[in-house]
Order: sequence, then C-alpha cells, then structure tokens
Amino acid sequence: MRVKLARLAHARSGDKGDGSNVGLIADTPELYEVLRREVTAERVRAHFAAICRGEVERFEVPNLRALNFLLHDSLGGGGTASLATDAQGKTHGQGLLEMEIELPAEWVARLPLSAPGGHRDDPDRR
Amino acid sequence: MLGSRPGMKSVRVANGQGFWGDSVDAPLELLRGGPIDYLGLDYLAEVTLSIMMRQKLRDPRAGYATDFLDFVRRALPLLVAKGVKVVTNAGGLNPRACRERVFAIARELGIGDLRVGIVEGDDLLGRLPELVAAGHPMTNLDTGAPLSSVLEQVTSANAYIGAQPVASALRDGAQIVLCGRVTDTALALGPLVAEFGWASDDWDRLAAGTICGHVLECGAQATGGNFTRFWEVPDLWNVGYPIAEMSADGSFVVTKHPGTGGLVTVDTVAEQLLYEMGAPCGYVTPDVTADFTSIELAPAGPDRVAVRGIRGRPNTPFLKLSASYLDGWKAAGQVTVSGPRAIEKARLAADIVWRRLERAGVTFAEGDRRTELLGVSGVLPGILAAPAAPPEVVLRLAVRDADRAKVDRFGKEIAPLVTAGPPGVTGFAGGRPKAQEVVAYWPALLDRREVEPGLEVSVESIG
Repeated sequence: MRVKLARLAHARSGDKGDGSNVGLIADTPELYEVLRREVTAERVRAHFAAICRGEVERFEVPNLRALNFLLHDSLGGGGTASLATDAQGKTHGQGLLEMEIELPAEWVARLPLSAPGGHRDDPDRR
Repeated sequence: MLGSRPGMKSVRVANGQGFWGDSVDAPLELLRGGPIDYLGLDYLAEVTLSIMMRQKLRDPRAGYATDFLDFVRRALPLLVAKGVKVVTNAGGLNPRACRERVFAIARELGIGDLRVGIVEGDDLLGRLPELVAAGHPMTNLDTGAPLSSVLEQVTSANAYIGAQPVASALRDGAQIVLCGRVTDTALALGPLVAEFGWASDDWDRLAAGTICGHVLECGAQATGGNFTRFWEVPDLWNVGYPIAEMSADGSFVVTKHPGTGGLVTVDTVAEQLLYEMGAPCGYVTPDVTADFTSIELAPAGPDRVAVRGIRGRPNTPFLKLSASYLDGWKAAGQVTVSGPRAIEKARLAADIVWRRLERAGVTFAEGDRRTELLGVSGVLPGILAAPAAPPEVVLRLAVRDADRAKVDRFGKEIAPLVTAGPPGVTGFAGGRPKAQEVVAYWPALLDRREVEPGLEVSVESIG
C-alpha cells in the first residue's frame, strides 16, 4: 500500500549554496533499507519538479539511518537574491515527507508510528 | 551514566545564539539555568558582514553586532560571578571597537577585573585587488565565475578562521573572545582545544569538537526546535538551548538544563547533524575534515544523547572566503484577498499589477518577477494539495532588477489594487514596498597561506 514518508521517517532542510539540502532519517534500520531502495535521487527530483530546477544528489549516511539530498537550484535564485518566500529551503524537509512510497501492508501495520500515541497524521487515528 | 565517566574531566560548552535575530533571552537562561563553562554566541549570517561594512564606513567605531552589547549589559555581572567564558563572532568587522564598548559597559557596572581577547585578520576587503593580481581567482563555488567579474561591487570579503586563534586567546586568560568571521563550529572547538590541549593534527578529536560545534551552532535546533514531530516536544516556548559535555577523548553528551522545555533525543540530534549538510564524509573546516558517517549516537538518559566514534582527516590548504557584493535591487509586496473565489481574485489582482507595469513600460524578465499565492501551496507548489475554495489567500508579488527605478515603480502598483482591483482586497499596510539593495553572497576558496600569517590575537585587561 502507499504511505507517506512522514509515517516512517523524519527530516530537516536548509540552504546549501544555490540550493537546499534535505536530510531524511528512517525510524528503524529496516526502514532505512526501504528508503535507500525507494527514495532515489530521480524520484526526489520528480517530487520537487515545481521547485528544483537543477540536479538532485543523494548521499548515504547509514550510521544515522539517513539519506542526504542536495536539491540544486531550488531556492529561486539563492540566498539574498531569491524572490521566494522560502528562500532558504526551510520547508523542503516537510515537503519531502509528503512523498508516497509503496510498502507491504504488513509492514505498514508494524510502523512504530502506527502504534497508539503515534503519528497524528496517521489516517487510522484521525 | 553513559558518556560521563566519574573522575574524567568534562567541559560544558553551550550555545545561546544560533544567528543574528535569535532569542535575546536564551543566553541569559543558559547562564541562570545551571552550570556551563563556555557560552558560544553566533551573530553572523552570510551577508551580515556587508551590513557591518556599511556601518563602519559611516562610523569607524561601528561594524560589530550591537545585540551582543545588550547581552553584555544584562549578563556581565553573572558571567563574572560564575566564571563562564564567552566566545562569539560578534566582533564582526571591528572586534577592537567592540572590546572598547565591552570595557566601557564593565566600568559602568563597576566591574574592575575583566580580560577580553580579540581575533583580527579575517577581513580581506582591502587586499582583494592585490590577491586577484597575484593569481588567486577566488572562483564562486556555486557559479564558477571569477571574483574579478564583480570586484567593483564587492562590499565585504572575509576568510573563515578556525579554532586555533580562539584557543590561543583563551589560553591567554580571556574571559570573552571577540572574533569576526570565525567558523560557527570554532565557537565550540576553540574552548575544547584550549581545555584539552588537543594537537593541531589530532584529527579525530578536532573532528569530534567540530561536530560538537555543528550540533550546538543553531541553538534550539538541537533541542526540539524545528523538529519534525513537534507534537512530541514539551514546552517548546521554554526550550532549553543545547549544552555539550565534552570529554578529553572526544566523546560527548548533548543535553540541556533541567527544568527547561524542548527535547534532546537521538532523533532531534540526528536532524541537527544533517542540517546544511553537503557530502557527509567530508565536512571541511579550517581545522579538520570531519567525517559525519563515523558518528555514533546513543540515548544516555532523559534529554541526554551520547555521541562518539568520530573520525577526522587532515584539513585542506584552503580557507573559505565569504564575500558579498551588490547585485541590483528587489522589492516584495503583499495583500490579503478574501473569498468567495479568493484564488480567482488573487490571480486577477496579480495580472492587473503586471499589466499596469507593462503599460507604464516597466517589464521584468520571467525569472526576475514572482507571484505567490500563500495559503494555497505558495511555498511547496506541486507537493501539498491546495484547497479548491480557501476562505482567503495572501497574494505576494516580488521583483528584482539592476535598475532601482523599475523596482520603485513596482512598489507603487500594489496599493491601487484595494480600489481598482477585485473586491475583498485588504491587509495592505505599512506603506509601499521599498526597494532593497540585493547583497549577494560570494563563496570561494583561498590559499590559507595568504591569510594565516596576518591573523592577530590580542588579549587585554580592563584598564
């Protein structure tokens, strides 16, 4: 079934030169492997098609269960020259967590944030 | 408890200011809330030095972060009483004048014993023509253009300085160290080098101190601020700013004062580690190349995270140059457009502005004008679904151009929307949008041998 990355990961973003970086952190080692497989640089570029004008680079940070993405030319001009409200890519982490990936239903049931007290955005809990 | 073995010296380094404009109370709360040994305060953003250069040109006694003096006035008696040392880049382009002001405030407060150090030599503005002539291209790291292409427009140029001059000032007994463009991480690494005597080629420990500085440098971003799962963070209003308890071997614990809000977990620390991260295996500073793929994080009790295993490699022959230059003008204006049919009316209003400007002979290239409908996915277009019939939207328009007159003319075209646009346009307050000079950032590399011989550390006692 399709789930948003927000169900299995968390993220932070900021500016990096003329673009932004988004760090995406999996909740468990198993989910890190899912992120490595599913969240490719190409998919991230397509997800940010309306924002990112350049290439997307991906780095693996297995010790933090994280992927780091560089979204080149994604700030509408970069730093102080940008006309965009989000000239520093502060929202890009929140944006990446909206991406949907395919996950077996039994995996979804086991997601840590599906547990009671878990994710507020979990549709089952709304 | 993990990471704080009894009998081992541990140094508590805190950060109470993540950027110029951060909470003015945070550094005071850090001083009052419990024991710390060092307090780092960061006041410089990428183009702050350009603003300071303008101030210094008007008044040779200006050119530093005046917010820092407000802090000194409020905190100095407590700093002196507790023996907490402060390391800051508040000196900006004029650490010497800043020190005079600190001494003056100390005298007013009746404090007769204070040693303040300054680090100078990072300001390279006056040397740029000579450096260009000597064959240093200082190529823009983002665009590949040589600095000579904007040399006439450059308003500030500073080399990022590392931790060694900071450590040197502290070893000379400074209670406050005022730097200019020192790296954010050096605000923490400098004290650690001074305390533990780490050698300048002890790459693993220098990397540990650098990564410690990276965790601390954005203040509350390590302790629950900007954290994805904000609903898990208690009392964010009272967030405790971060403290690192560093051991001589380079392992440390990230924590905050008891009784404060916020959250320190492996997740909050990991998010901050990835903030503004490039290639994780090579975080380059003047002091060391730190490897973020070596970091091990582990829970170490409530609001405590242990960090260990950090590896580093030698530093590079270059320092980063942070220059700024004038790159035209820009302005932004906004109005609020109510429903019904808010999106349709906002789009009409935008079209009206652009066409009236065109009629007046004022046009902007497509990339130099921007229309945002805030409230219907203005910041994350194509990602979050916009509501079809929002009760209201904020229409934000912005332009940039080399010609100030065109940007000023744009500023006159927002207010007429209230009476000569669609109905329900409001929220136009604060006057016409003003043209602002674009101070653009120029990152480059420079041979460190051109800079380091000119660095000077001076520590003086109040006279």
